[in-house]
Amino acid sequence: MVAALEGPAFTMAVNGEAWETTFDKAWYPRFSPDGRLTVLVQADGDWTLAVDDVAWEEQYGYVWNTMFSASGDIIAACIQQDGEYGFSIDGTPWETLFENANQPVFSKAGNAAAAVVQVKSLAQADIATFQEGIFSVAVNGEAWDSIFVNCWNPVFDPAGKNVAATIRRSLYDYSVAVNGKAWTGSYACAWAPAFNPATGAVAAPVRKAGAWGMAIDDAMAWEPRFGQLWQQAFSPDGSKLAAIACTRFGEFTVAVDGTPWGVSFPVVTDLTPSPAGARFAALASEHNTNFAVLCDGKVWDGRYDMAYAPVWSADGAHLALAVEKAGRQTIVVNGKAYPQSFDKCYAPAFSPDGKLVLIRALAGGKCHRIVAPVTAFTG
Amino acid sequence: MKTIADRLIEDEGLRRGVGRLTPEKIQKVFKELVAGECGARMKTYMETCVRCGMCAKACHYYMSHKDPSYTPVAKVSQTMWRLFDADGKVDPEVIYQCAQVAYTECNLCRRCIHYCPLGIDTGYIISVVRRLCHKLGVTPQYIQDTAHSHSATMNQMWVKDDEWPDTLQWQEEESREEFPGLRIPLDVEGADFMYSVIAPEPKFRTQLIYQAAAIFHAAGVSWTMPSTPGWDNSNMAMFSGDSEIMARVERAHYETAQRLRVKRIVMGECGHAFRAVYDVANRWLGWKYHPVPVVHSVEFFWELIQQGRIKLTHKYADPVTIHDPCNIIRGRGLMDKLREVVHFLCENVVEMSPNREHNYCCCAGGGVINCGPPFKNVRIVGNSIKAEQLKATGVHTLVAPCHNCHGGLEDIISKFGLNMHTKFLGDLIYELMEKPE
Repeated sequence: MVAALEGPAFTMAVNGEAWETTFDKAWYPRFSPDGRLTVLVQADGDWTLAVDDVAWEEQYGYVWNTMFSASGDIIAACIQQDGEYGFSIDGTPWETLFENANQPVFSKAGNAAAAVVQVKSLAQADIATFQEGIFSVAVNGEAWDSIFVNCWNPVFDPAGKNVAATIRRSLYDYSVAVNGKAWTGSYACAWAPAFNPATGAVAAPVRKAGAWGMAIDDAMAWEPRFGQLWQQAFSPDGSKLAAIACTRFGEFTVAVDGTPWGVSFPVVTDLTPSPAGARFAALASEHNTNFAVLCDGKVWDGRYDMAYAPVWSADGAHLALAVEKAGRQTIVVNGKAYPQSFDKCYAPAFSPDGKLVLIRALAGGKCHRIVAPVTAFTG
Repeated sequence: MKTIADRLIEDEGLRRGVGRLTPEKIQKVFKELVAGECGARMKTYMETCVRCGMCAKACHYYMSHKDPSYTPVAKVSQTMWRLFDADGKVDPEVIYQCAQVAYTECNLCRRCIHYCPLGIDTGYIISVVRRLCHKLGVTPQYIQDTAHSHSATMNQMWVKDDEWPDTLQWQEEESREEFPGLRIPLDVEGADFMYSVIAPEPKFRTQLIYQAAAIFHAAGVSWTMPSTPGWDNSNMAMFSGDSEIMARVERAHYETAQRLRVKRIVMGECGHAFRAVYDVANRWLGWKYHPVPVVHSVEFFWELIQQGRIKLTHKYADPVTIHDPCNIIRGRGLMDKLREVVHFLCENVVEMSPNREHNYCCCAGGGVINCGPPFKNVRIVGNSIKAEQLKATGVHTLVAPCHNCHGGLEDIISKFGLNMHTKFLGDLIYELMEKPE
């Protein structure tokens, strides 16, 4: 936690032990996956990132949005220096910074960072220049050669070698670009693309003739017949593609390979593929109340006041999540609740073999760390 | 009768747009729009209006100018009927005229619906004209620039990703002297509500964020603000006719609230943003209602008062009057709650006439003020009826819980020398509430 000292000054306290270094400001404390503690800090007017009580040597006008590689060995953050924007990776800034950079992403492998960047200057209310195109995507500080009116939602493939993004070539011409090369297909709208982890194909929801369908590698894969389509996700082996779909106005579900599940709700969120197998889970609600869990087209019996992102076991056999009912939270596994409730539950974690669940919770001002077998969830 | 052709105003965006049009292109886009997006609603309106003119006195432009070409029915006649009569095949200059009417002579305030014996929603018709103009690339320069900003930054003022959290931290720091221990909690998962504002607040009205934080702190509520894009609830793309960008902006807003697992969204004192979040963009996205419940500040302050969470040291002594923002009164029915809040805060409330759902628009909303300097004077003169209404109250303090209303009303006050000043509810609550010694 961030600790306030006299002065005023701030530092980090870890298990009751304060860091030696103090700062004028400190915010956004985050643990990396490998257990290091990071925090964004300001001293003498400059910002940087501190990791385990050691601040990066490079300082910036502002630093935000700390990100980690999957293993946690590489740390990235967004930076602004002298009005220019980009990334700092382990304390080293991009060689080229841009007039603006947003929608940052960091590859799982930690080998690449990307953002939508402004590559041409724009005077106030200069709508003509804007519509000629001033945006691109920069990967590791190098912008694509191609420039678009807009770029959104850059995403990496699992290896961090390829980047896809939604683009707008004119105010009315939406499409997708992969590594700077735009699809020929032109759509009335498009949402964020996603890579097939097995084949490298790129899928994106696109709107055509007033309905949404799924385009894969510049060809329609799911015919446009949905009222809405987004948050698509592939199974890890790439064999299945699922997305949140609106089948009728106000009715949402999950469609797998273009076929909607037989249940619908006013709102569906948090589509989550299993890490093994080809299972999908999602949350459903009636406008943020009465949450239900959808799993492979079936609806669990429980209804909750709030539900948090589902987590699969590594083998895809079990699904767990934190839920809230009447102000108390607990963990539910495969539709069954842990018998004890808490003030607050954090995301559960499965053991590698999927037989045990780590419950992290707060109750009565105390932290609880409970390791429970999946058979202990009986409620 | 005069027509729009008699009062054309040069605008770079409109002029540039029509320069690229042909009658054939206009017809193609018009037909696609009518077939693809309008459906039975437009056809019904087009075929049921009997041109009775009951809508005339509902429109502040007409009431100010007393020129029949400003009546709602005349605005439809000069735009949509004209297009339908020509099967969409019109000269590009007609589109210039349609755009000027649609973007700068109608605030989409929907007052005229209340006076139409057939319930025709002229605001909807004019919105479709705007949608057509957007699809033809004929939009006023300044509102188009704002729509560009939404598309590039997910906020309407080109606020960059660092400027937002930096501003919140600055306001938190500023507040510490007055309210020890005050926090502006960023990205708190599971808070009772996410507070969202419009981009002009971090850009040049940061005191409103300060005041809101002070009120929430004093009320002891569980709240948060996002540190990431999705914090801006405004949506000028809704008014420029760019429904796709409107939806993208709103999706970011709602998904931010969903990510934070808040129970609901509380919005600052803005009317058009409420319309976008509560009524328009959510539906374009496929949601029948709002995926996360949305509460306007008027209603939220009312709740805090009901719960006894706002404690005052005294009431505001000078007489005040209440302006009813179109989007939260006609659009949401908050007229009674607004009055309960104002009466709680103020000793002497003088109603303007007409009031509540019959109140006149500020003439800034509907994106009209966002069309910028070329149309400013016309906008202000086009609401002299509001100036007369304000003057008749005889008070000097005008309470208006809407940003655009403040902009429009301040212009009117200045132009007509009304010796009034505007206040948000947050201004009053902050001024009157108990504070630490």
